[in-house]
Amino acid sequence: MPAVSKGDGMRGLAVFISDIRNCKSKEAEIKRINKELANIRSKFKGDKALDGYSKKKYVCKLLFIFLLGHDIDFGHMEAVNLLSSNKYTEKQIGYLFISVLVNSNSELIRLINNAIKNDLSSRNPTFMCLALHCIANVGSREMAEAFASEIPRILVAGDTMDSVKQSAALCLLRLYKTSPDLVLMGEWTSRVVHLLNDQHMGVVTAAISLITCLSQKNPDEFKTCVSLAVSRLSRIVSSASTDLQDYTYYFVPAPWLSCKLLRLLQCYPPPEDGAVKGRLVECLETILNKAQEPPKSKKVQHSNAKNAILFEAISLIIHYDSEPNLLVRACNQLGQFLQHRETNLRYLALESMCTLASSEFSHEAVKTHIETVINALKTERDVSVRQRAADLLYAMCDRSNAKQIVAEMLSYLETADYSIREEMVLKVAILAEKYAVDYSWYVDTILNLIRIAGDYVSEEVWYRVIQIVINRDDVQGYAAKTVFEALQAPACHENMVKVGGYILGEFGNLIAGDPRSSPLVQFNLLHSKFHLCSVPTRALLLSAYIKFINLFPETKATIQEVLRCDSQIRNSDVELQQRAVEYLKLSSIASTDVLATVLEEMPPFPERESSILAKLKKKKGPGAVSVTELEDNKREGGELNGGGDRGPDTASTPSPSADLLGIRSAAPVGPAPAGAGSLLVDVFSEAGPAAPSTRRHFYRFVCKNNGVLFENQLLQIGIKSEYRQNLGRMYLFYGNKTSVQFASFMFCVVALLDTWLQLNVQTKQVEPLVEGGAQIQQVLNIECLTDFSDFFQPTEMASNDFFQRWKQLSQPQQEAQKIFKANHSMDTEVLKAKLLGLGTALLDNVDPNPENFVCAGVIQTKSQQVGCLLRLEPNAQAQMYRLTLRCSKDSVSKRLCELLAQQF
Amino acid sequence: MIKAILIFNNHGKPRLSKFYEHYTEDTEQQIIRETFHLVSKRDENVCNFLEGGMLIGGSDYKLIYRHYATLYFVFCVDSSESELGILDLIQVFVETLDKCFENVCELDLIFHVDKVHNILAEMVMGGMVLETNMNEIITQVDAQNKMEKSETFIFQSTRQDR
Repeated sequence: MPAVSKGDGMRGLAVFISDIRNCKSKEAEIKRINKELANIRSKFKGDKALDGYSKKKYVCKLLFIFLLGHDIDFGHMEAVNLLSSNKYTEKQIGYLFISVLVNSNSELIRLINNAIKNDLSSRNPTFMCLALHCIANVGSREMAEAFASEIPRILVAGDTMDSVKQSAALCLLRLYKTSPDLVLMGEWTSRVVHLLNDQHMGVVTAAISLITCLSQKNPDEFKTCVSLAVSRLSRIVSSASTDLQDYTYYFVPAPWLSCKLLRLLQCYPPPEDGAVKGRLVECLETILNKAQEPPKSKKVQHSNAKNAILFEAISLIIHYDSEPNLLVRACNQLGQFLQHRETNLRYLALESMCTLASSEFSHEAVKTHIETVINALKTERDVSVRQRAADLLYAMCDRSNAKQIVAEMLSYLETADYSIREEMVLKVAILAEKYAVDYSWYVDTILNLIRIAGDYVSEEVWYRVIQIVINRDDVQGYAAKTVFEALQAPACHENMVKVGGYILGEFGNLIAGDPRSSPLVQFNLLHSKFHLCSVPTRALLLSAYIKFINLFPETKATIQEVLRCDSQIRNSDVELQQRAVEYLKLSSIASTDVLATVLEEMPPFPERESSILAKLKKKKGPGAVSVTELEDNKREGGELNGGGDRGPDTASTPSPSADLLGIRSAAPVGPAPAGAGSLLVDVFSEAGPAAPSTRRHFYRFVCKNNGVLFENQLLQIGIKSEYRQNLGRMYLFYGNKTSVQFASFMFCVVALLDTWLQLNVQTKQVEPLVEGGAQIQQVLNIECLTDFSDFFQPTEMASNDFFQRWKQLSQPQQEAQKIFKANHSMDTEVLKAKLLGLGTALLDNVDPNPENFVCAGVIQTKSQQVGCLLRLEPNAQAQMYRLTLRCSKDSVSKRLCELLAQQF
Repeated sequence: MIKAILIFNNHGKPRLSKFYEHYTEDTEQQIIRETFHLVSKRDENVCNFLEGGMLIGGSDYKLIYRHYATLYFVFCVDSSESELGILDLIQVFVETLDKCFENVCELDLIFHVDKVHNILAEMVMGGMVLETNMNEIITQVDAQNKMEKSETFIFQSTRQDR
């Protein structure tokens, strides 16, 4: 008998669905839906109370309408009402509506929570499961607050039904994922881990997801799960296919659970206990052996399930990376799959081999499959598989096979799918650079890359080839020759023109001896491309021309003529016009010596990690390429001047280096910071917005006048300050911690809004350049307009004076008091230093209790003076303080009290 | 974790959508369209895995799908799931539907959306797998149907149903 008999549905619902399906057009469908929505709305709003059955029918209709992609903005309340029904059908449809349509921010959550609470305590397993499902589906913070403590109890209680246990485990997992702080496992840990031993496989299936997630977050607390998982796995693997009955899937015992157990073990290093490890190795060997046995069924489901386990076992072997014997077997197994007729297996084998390629034990073994992988790249019909093949070639590449792999990838690029071209280009560029023994090969490769896939060559790639050519004398002549030849092609990519313009402008002289590439031929070749290029490229070419005038005086007249023509000197583009005008002037008034100095060959770029690699990492996401945080920071440091702004020699005229930097900016005259923006890394970026972090630091300076305000891998900012009456002077020191120059260094003092209103700050501008390792100083003059704590003047007074004043300031709003817990050491000397650092006078022998501190001072502002008296009473036993402030101005007492309470 | 389970027909009409992470209704519809676009253009006999569309998280997620007659069953999962395991899971889901509806076809999914959701809920909860044993799932569904019958039988026949 079918579990769902088709006759007993809701007729009204069936009629509606049929109507929709019979609609001839989208318009008709929308019309019918709107009619139905109006009908339901009026039914819900109507006076007549709806019975549960009607509510259920209408809610089902709404669900259907929602599935068709129409917004549903009502019905939620009716669904919530259904939750409190005693009828299973109504309750169930209410929960369904809520799990599909209510998001975690809904205001209804409180009502829903109430219904859930009732169902959870109902002891009716069906209702409990419905409620647990609802929590797991919505998973909001409010739900976590309401149920996070209840669910572990249900999960481990002895009398809970298995089906409820399963739901409770996954429900708890969901809450742990959304609000880990609210799910406190502590006392439950061991009982949860022991669910791995549960009789019911379904409970283990659900629990293992929970345990895996908890183990990833708290590996130490859950490490007992390793031995339990190994013994469970061992029992499954060694069982006959009939032992596990319903959990045997197409003759494979419990495949899903086996996979999950193997995944759980991947959260941990190999077991230390010899016996456990031995048992596990046995399991892994059994799994590898089974792969070689003849299949027990011809059905694809059988081999699927078997291989699912096999791949997880291989992942675990790769993860352990410590058993050379198993690694080689894994590699051989994957090698077999590479040629399997099932596409899925070829795909997965390529993917697993990628991780295997990074293991020192198996790297060589992986390399033996190179021909198969190259063949896959060429012949696979499926782009997903080809992409995995490309990934694997990239992973298995080393010095010995780089030329072959790069050549294959290049030839694949000619026909590659558009979706993966950009990534392929980056990979080729990286491999070519990484494994280049002779740089002429590198130059050839990159120029080929531009020729084949110019549109996909990002700026990083062509910047990089220029950086390398400039830094390596031995390849400059070859690069000039090759790029000259490449430019001969009738249609060449604009990126080729850019590289050509730059390289010939720098090194054209190295090939000028050959009459076939004489200066004038070179110039004419470049200029023949000029009119087809975009503005930034034209700007770059103009700079190349002025470099030509310096390199080859004989081209001066021709080039000046070009610059002088209207299309240049009156070009509607400001940048081009300015360059034409300036270069023309420069070439006609400057002496040869000046010209030679201004247009000197570019000095070498500082060595740094390739920005291409950074781009690939970004493209693939942080997970795909393993990068440690440190490397990331280094990269940022390296890229600080990534565009290649070269300082003084670009200051007066936009030389080609400015193009490298500011290719996207409208007017990079000189080293314009705006143009640098696209490549300049915000030094604060790793700290997030700087303000909140410096704010935290700021509180340290209430009682201290100097120290370090901000520090990261790149930059240190120190502060030193002096205050006299209402005037203050603050020195900020910016230390460059890298070895690279910071160009276009800009600093704005952004005072926090509340202090800004009370201070008048004058900043002196600093030089925009900070040399590597150097420190510069900036002075800030500050005038205090209203009260500000650092402008304290100490006032010495005797005991009776103090008490007289204390009494004078007796109005309630003049006093502020706070009792708080000590945050720091309560050492007397430290406290004294802090109070003195504040700027007040510390008065001895005033307070009858010698443990207490009494201080007096005056805050000087532009317009007034505010007298302040302070009393600090430490209680060492309770580690508490009482702080009392009395000031002649009430707002000051309050503010000071708040500020100082954080200092002790 | 399973991020979403989608069923649509050869023309891209959604027959079931279940998201285990919150998206706006608009985004959900866009994801369905994008996923259909990605999956439907693939030949038969290519592999059953591909990288997720941009809307659902790109290359960090995989789409694992099977095509049965007029319907695509697509699971969007993260890297913590076994690809072949999910294929098996799809098979279990379809076999279960087949048993529950007796030769399931697209129309069954259309007219019994709530039932399909119920069956799925016995297998997957909050994006994690609850149960893979088909008999266990069917037992649960059967029990629910019995309860339903005992409740609806009383007033079903007399109703004027619009």
